[in-house]
Amino acid sequence: MWEALKRLYHRMGSPKWFYEISARWLPWFAIPAALCLIVGTVWGLAFAPADYQQGNSFRIIYIHVPAAILAQGAYAMMAIAGGIFLIWRMKMAAWVAAAIAPIGASFCFLALITGAIWGKPTWGTWWVWDARLTSMLLLLFLYFGVMALQKAMETDDTSAKAGAILSLVGLVNIPIIKYSVEWWNTLHQPATLKLTEESTMAMEMLIPLLIMIVGFYLLFATLIFMRTRNEVLWHERKKSWVKKLIEAEK
Amino acid sequence: MSLVTATIKRDLIIAARNPGEWLNPLMFFLMVLALFPLAVDPDPKFLSKIAAGVVWVAALLATLLSLDALFKADVEDGTLEQWLASGESLYAMALGKVFVHWCISGLPLTLVAPLLALMMNLPDDAYAALFFSLLLGTPILSLLGAVGAALTAGVRSGGLLLSLVILPLYIPILIFGASAVYHAGIGMEYAGQLGFLASFLCISMTLTPFAVAGALKLNLSR
Repeated sequence: MWEALKRLYHRMGSPKWFYEISARWLPWFAIPAALCLIVGTVWGLAFAPADYQQGNSFRIIYIHVPAAILAQGAYAMMAIAGGIFLIWRMKMAAWVAAAIAPIGASFCFLALITGAIWGKPTWGTWWVWDARLTSMLLLLFLYFGVMALQKAMETDDTSAKAGAILSLVGLVNIPIIKYSVEWWNTLHQPATLKLTEESTMAMEMLIPLLIMIVGFYLLFATLIFMRTRNEVLWHERKKSWVKKLIEAEK
Repeated sequence: MSLVTATIKRDLIIAARNPGEWLNPLMFFLMVLALFPLAVDPDPKFLSKIAAGVVWVAALLATLLSLDALFKADVEDGTLEQWLASGESLYAMALGKVFVHWCISGLPLTLVAPLLALMMNLPDDAYAALFFSLLLGTPILSLLGAVGAALTAGVRSGGLLLSLVILPLYIPILIFGASAVYHAGIGMEYAGQLGFLASFLCISMTLTPFAVAGALKLNLSR
């Protein structure tokens, strides 16, 4: 098992191998992702029962919660990929980190927008400085910083290293930011209407949500594969195997 | 004399001979404070309510602006290469540089802030809290900022990038610092917030020099 993992890890370091194998893997992620998202959306929007307090407006949860979960997870993945790059100098890890950053930021943005839209019927205003929305906003700022740094340097290698260092510093900071925002929120905010806790949801509402979460994860994996393939092609554009590939396309 | 103490001494002498280095952040601090009564409302009651937050935000921005130059000269004139070649620990070097930066930005801000808070009509009980929260908080601002300064030292227009990179990391310090002052002002206990700041200071003092050292090495490959 361990040996097999080690072999996989070493092969992952080869951009050419990744490019070839990911073409075969891609449909295995893309098709289930599409299925989950279609089933989850239709079930969540049309068949799940309406919330007794919030009526139909709660249905945005089926986009909001998966996006928020992924936005946080993606940052950790980006930082871990960056750490692998810094420690073992594996170029593929840097490209994966570069591929994750904009996807994670987009999911974060999606979570913020859906949160604001959800806030309108629930709180009566588009934006409330609620603890979760605020920490999401700060997470988006962290993504902006990493993305700006990944593009800032003259050489790709230093940009990737700078982005990796910052994302690791950010990873250490995320729990501190999260808890300080929650603490700040309980001090300043008069008790607002709490959104439904996921754990107390009814089964008929929960199952489509879980399907959506799985679907978002699969979509995320698909997007990472696609973007990393692009990164591979771009960074290896002067290598002979990429040139051959382009010749074959023509 | 070790390289670290020599660098600290050199940087302090440079700062003493160029008063602008430590005076400019202070003037900036004063000017930003003056903007709030002008833009929002000069009513003393209102000012005393927002004073805690405004003074902290202004101190944070003043620190941020002074960070840009922290490693720039050393990267450009080759001092950085000499550090690396000397075999001296970059970790200690980073701490030394941050110490000097705090001496010429954080410390003066901490000393002057109570004076300027008078203009913001800060409640009488809050002055001690303001002083101690800044005393504990500004070194953290320098430490975290040094990571950003080291990362952006070789970028030509690094100032804006530096703010973008560092501001989100400053938020917990801003929250606890401003809340200590605010709570002191309304007569509540604020030791808890100071305790949080002190623990943040311990964590950042041990961890950020690693990141600074790693980031400084990046500037060599250029």
